[in-house]
Amino acid sequence: MIETLRETATPAPSSSLPIVASLASVDKSYGEVQALCAVDFQVRAGEVVALLGPNGAGKTTAVKLLLGLLQPNRGKVRVFGGDPVNPENRMRTGAMLQVAKVPETIRVREHIDLFSSYYQRPMPVQEVLATAGLEKLSDRKFGDLSGGQKQRVLFALAICGDPDLLFLDEPSVGLDVEARRMLWNEIRGLVLRGKTVLLTTHYLQEADALASRIAVINKGRIIAEGTPAQIKAQTAGKKIRCITQLSNNALWQIPGVTEVKQDREAVELHTGQAELVVRELLRRDSNLAGLEVTSAGLEDAFLALTQDTPRVAEQEN
Amino acid sequence: MSTASIRFTGAQLARAPRQTAMIYLKEAKYEFLKNLRLRMYTASVLSFPIMFYVLFGLVLNAKEAIGVTRVPTYLIATYGTFGVMGASLFGTAAGLSSDRGLGWLQVKRASPMPPFAYFAAKVITSMIFSTIIVLALFVLGFTAGAVRMPISEIVRLLGTLVMGSLPFSAMGLAVGYFTGPNSAPATINLIYLPMSFCSGLWVPFLFLPKVVKQIALVLPPFHLSQLALGIVGAGNHEPASTHWEVLLAFTMICLGIARIGFQRDQEKMYG
Repeated sequence: MIETLRETATPAPSSSLPIVASLASVDKSYGEVQALCAVDFQVRAGEVVALLGPNGAGKTTAVKLLLGLLQPNRGKVRVFGGDPVNPENRMRTGAMLQVAKVPETIRVREHIDLFSSYYQRPMPVQEVLATAGLEKLSDRKFGDLSGGQKQRVLFALAICGDPDLLFLDEPSVGLDVEARRMLWNEIRGLVLRGKTVLLTTHYLQEADALASRIAVINKGRIIAEGTPAQIKAQTAGKKIRCITQLSNNALWQIPGVTEVKQDREAVELHTGQAELVVRELLRRDSNLAGLEVTSAGLEDAFLALTQDTPRVAEQEN
Repeated sequence: MSTASIRFTGAQLARAPRQTAMIYLKEAKYEFLKNLRLRMYTASVLSFPIMFYVLFGLVLNAKEAIGVTRVPTYLIATYGTFGVMGASLFGTAAGLSSDRGLGWLQVKRASPMPPFAYFAAKVITSMIFSTIIVLALFVLGFTAGAVRMPISEIVRLLGTLVMGSLPFSAMGLAVGYFTGPNSAPATINLIYLPMSFCSGLWVPFLFLPKVVKQIALVLPPFHLSQLALGIVGAGNHEPASTHWEVLLAFTMICLGIARIGFQRDQEKMYG
């Protein structure tokens, strides 16, 4: 299903699909802190775009700018071709933000009833409850819900107006594995219905599982952008993990090794030529143990993209 | 992938007045339910004025009079003011500072909610709770304190006290914009309890020390209580219009402060 989505929804950068939300040369700072710096970023109709980055990277700031909750210091923010604060834009967007406290004495159904009333053509409450998996909880007070259930209510409030464009800021924070999978399915369902989704996450797996396009953001700058496959390709190759007596220096001398990292008792090597390196490793260290070869996942790509120290520095250690 | 649903002309906004009215109604309804179910709110805001009235107006001093006005009647005006002030201050300030500080207001602002509906709901809710408190005092006074007054007087007293919710709701908005979620209740108590005392809501104004009487002249609950007392024949000699003017000026100042907070918030990030 993910694959089908990607095929249908992945636009090449030159795509002719209309841009529904964009940041153009946007700077945003809070006093001394530069939250976003010269950010150019677009979301096209029908896409699921993941804004991926560590905490404090500027993801939430980007979302708040697109929601018109913040104004940029420089640059242009556009949603549906207009200012995001336009009431008609708000009518067509839904947002799931990180909230520390939601009124706790209001029941799930009541929260949805109120938010639905803001929209012109809301989904029927029953359908919202079903989509968000809240049918059995509709009469519970918000304060009596578990963390994951609370997230689902916030998701329900984001979708209840049947908006064309959805902003999901860290939607699966605090969800367990099962709840996260459920949320993913719900998001995929929305995309199949033609919705456009911008989600922020620091779960790399989540970006990989959902997004047709990923923008990696770190320290207020977009440092990479592309399909999950393209992002992964930025650190091509495989990861080899083993316990060896060879020194780091000796490991660097093996042809094809692009990175050496000590990880507790083992070392991790990165290479584009796994077979060659493994053969050489076994030849040089007959006591080598715990050998594992895996393909470099998005996680590694992400770390490689966002880490501060250039690889050369490690070579000198 | 269908792109037919993506429209770039925003011609579909125009909400029918009926829908807008419905939003205001629901916003107020759920604000009311939210506070009604908050034990913190109902326990302090509803029960204190009623308990004080029962104790000081019905159990202890029921046979006494202040000037020409019997104590059970007099105290409907003063504890009514006290109740209205508490319900309005806590109802607006506590909710607003928590909604602001803990992110909920951002969710509302990101939605197509008409911004004014949020504030209107808080003010309407405060007025409803004010009505409940004053009616409870009337019922107790009439049934257990032998209070008697013509219907017209009941309506005027109730109307005055409930209108008196407005300046305190405005004050609550101002406080809510300049306090954090944790400090709001303490700040309100710091304002509300001394103000109640100095305005003669606990100890009748006549018996207050001279200095306090001077201070009272600038306090809004003093003016509201004097309006209420005027209706039951126990007011001071100022004309009602003076009291209304002071309350109006106070309301405008508080709304001005709240507006500064509102604008400051537009550019601030939380969390």
